[in-house]
Amino acid sequence: MSSEKMTIIIDGVQVEATEGQTVLEAAAEAGIYIPHLCHQKELPPGGHCRICTVKINGRPASSCTFPVSEGLVIENDTEEMNAMRRAIVEMLFVEGNHYCPSCEASGNCELQAMGYRLGMINPEYPHLEPKIQIDASHHDVFIDRNRCILCGRCARASVQLDGKRVFGFDGRGLGTRIAVNAAGGLGDTNMSAEDRAASICPTGCLRVKGHGPDIPVGARAYDSTPIGSDIEQKQTVS
Amino acid sequence: MAVEQASIIAGIAERFGRSPARLIDVARAAHAELGYLSEESMGLIAEALGVERVQVRDAVSFYHFFEREPRGRSVVYLCNAVVERMKGADEVVKAFEEATGVSMGETTSDGAISLAHTACIGLSDQAPSALVNGVPLTNLKPSDVPMIVETLRKGEDVSSLPQAKVTMNLLKRGNVVFSDMDPGAALGKALSLTQVELINEMTVSRLRGRGGAGFPTSMKWNFCRTAKGEAHYVVCNADEGEPGTFKDRVILTECPDLVFEGMTVAGYAIGAKKGFLYLRAEYEYMLADLEAVLAKRREAGLLGKHILGKDFEFDIRIQMGAGAYICGEESALIESLEGKRGAPRDRPPFPVQKGYRNQPTSVNNVETLCCAARIVEKGGAWFAAMGHRDSKGTKALSISGDCERPGVYEVDYGITIRELLDMVGAHDVQAVQVGGPSGQCIGPDAFGRRICFDDLATGGSIIIFGADRDLLEYMRQFTEFFTEESCGWCVPCRVGTTLLLKEYEKILEGSGTKSDLEALKKLGTTVKTMSRCGLGQTAANPILTTIQNFPGLYEARIKADEFIPPFDLAKALEEGCAVTGRNPDLEEKDV
Repeated sequence: MSSEKMTIIIDGVQVEATEGQTVLEAAAEAGIYIPHLCHQKELPPGGHCRICTVKINGRPASSCTFPVSEGLVIENDTEEMNAMRRAIVEMLFVEGNHYCPSCEASGNCELQAMGYRLGMINPEYPHLEPKIQIDASHHDVFIDRNRCILCGRCARASVQLDGKRVFGFDGRGLGTRIAVNAAGGLGDTNMSAEDRAASICPTGCLRVKGHGPDIPVGARAYDSTPIGSDIEQKQTVS
Repeated sequence: MAVEQASIIAGIAERFGRSPARLIDVARAAHAELGYLSEESMGLIAEALGVERVQVRDAVSFYHFFEREPRGRSVVYLCNAVVERMKGADEVVKAFEEATGVSMGETTSDGAISLAHTACIGLSDQAPSALVNGVPLTNLKPSDVPMIVETLRKGEDVSSLPQAKVTMNLLKRGNVVFSDMDPGAALGKALSLTQVELINEMTVSRLRGRGGAGFPTSMKWNFCRTAKGEAHYVVCNADEGEPGTFKDRVILTECPDLVFEGMTVAGYAIGAKKGFLYLRAEYEYMLADLEAVLAKRREAGLLGKHILGKDFEFDIRIQMGAGAYICGEESALIESLEGKRGAPRDRPPFPVQKGYRNQPTSVNNVETLCCAARIVEKGGAWFAAMGHRDSKGTKALSISGDCERPGVYEVDYGITIRELLDMVGAHDVQAVQVGGPSGQCIGPDAFGRRICFDDLATGGSIIIFGADRDLLEYMRQFTEFFTEESCGWCVPCRVGTTLLLKEYEKILEGSGTKSDLEALKKLGTTVKTMSRCGLGQTAANPILTTIQNFPGLYEARIKADEFIPPFDLAKALEEGCAVTGRNPDLEEKDV
């Protein structure tokens, strides 16, 4: 692939981009954070959460999948887009059963951090309270689907980074669940706690066993700076 | 049994070349043979195709017609689409429940019959309807049911029943799709042109896609032709699932030759050797006839190598679906064609760049391909002389609901809704749903509007609601349809459609306020803006277009209060009060 340079415009700011990048990647390289949950930079995009939706030349599109081209005009940090992103985060909170105070991921949870960043106070929507089974069949790793946001990171990581295929989806619509590659539970798969998939979950759904909240409050990832700060700190444009 | 099952599945997989891309076919055949796909069956399929079990589960669990639990020897799929329910489907359901002694979703204790719901099966013009072991039963009355159940209990075939009859109801033939054709005429002409000349003819005709989106066919073909790839593919989208649409059923029955001719012409235009017709599972009863037409065309030298003696090779395979409305979306259809769950892809890249097996693929609607064949035969100018402004040619409409003559009508573009209602014998009309639930619902003040791409665009579904219908209840049913058909891939559609339904039900139950209506609009806009594909982007349309066009109906339902909590204390206490013999505090109850 050639590495032709081009210019795109994000919220009125000219940003240099390289052919082959996605809008989200080009923005991140320039220190502009486009909120996203299902995307993870080690993985190909999934296009699940839609939080990274921006307006590209006036039309909404997911920035994690959209390739850059010369002169794209992008609306990212606008009241309209942020309100809709917040609505999506609220949808995720009512879709599952998320108990932040008792969750080991609290403070390091990207979903929780996204709620804070986007100014979510409390979901406006009714909680759907699904009844969900926990899979603790594996010796070292558990899946608590109550906290699953179906970002598909574990499934992509298992294939792309671990060379396995431990995860997939089951069902459709609201009944969609993360599935494992076994007739029984995760314990019957070739999952290992060392797999990248075991530590790539943005929430507390897929976790290595034997760890409580190891890091004290105050020292957790999003305690003092909001999610996306790492990207914004390297800002090259103003 | 285990050994037997293993050999059955191994045999099926062998028939499909052990190709993972044929996973849907293998699963369909195994399902037909075994009655359902157990955990064990999925494991065996995975083994036979050399894929992981989770890949089989990923695909199989997605489709409506794949059962994963044992079911009755016969499964009665009762259609619960809106028009079906307008025509008495609920009473038919009740009659089935009475005659079998089980509820919907259950199986009789003798294992003979299971009852299940299914979305629109393309028979809204002869509703209520059902699919029993793949056989369509139409114009059902509750009084028919005992005899049908008796037949099934005895294990007899339902195809000989008087209800097992699909009427064409082709009530108006236009000059394009439903006029006489001579197989090979268009193809012969096409092969005398260069690819560029052929596509130029499409440009002159100004043909636009008939699925509803209206993308210019010449552009699509040209993009596809010039896109680099190891192979190019033509796909005919015969997954018509938009509730209230059945024109493809009639086209595929009345003029299959024209459809295949159009596909072959498209193949020549874009440089493809292979075409697929993706047929929705509900239309399996047409498969044998369609295969016979293909065989005849192969014999006549209209398919295969050296078509019409020229240096052009092209053949067509029919791919059956397995029950998923979303597969009508072109990229979801391609995923399904590759043997996977029908989850749409993000675009770009578009299918014309990277479609089937990541190769340039032109996905066209059944009717578009018919038009294309005609255009080659009779010329682009002939076609462009028909229609209205930027909408040239004719449109096959599926018209159903409250009218005297439901059926398929091929009309010139530009017909007004008023003319259309006169044509089908509809009186005292409250509303017309144009383009199915993903389209828009309009009232009498808009009946002067025209069917065309610039005004009322439609893939063909027209549903008429008479004056005495509870319009908003049908909008609720449309919304429910989207919750059931959402693929689940993206959050705004997966969760948003259910939240829309819940919020909408609150309003219909009479506990909604002005602020609820505002919240509903906001939610609808979020789902529309943020969803990944057309399903989510249009799922709020029944709600949003009726709020806009029928504000009075909503004002009559909402309360003057600023806010009513969704939680009804008195209702929640009802059961406990009944058990303990106490009276709920009626002071709290909103009356």
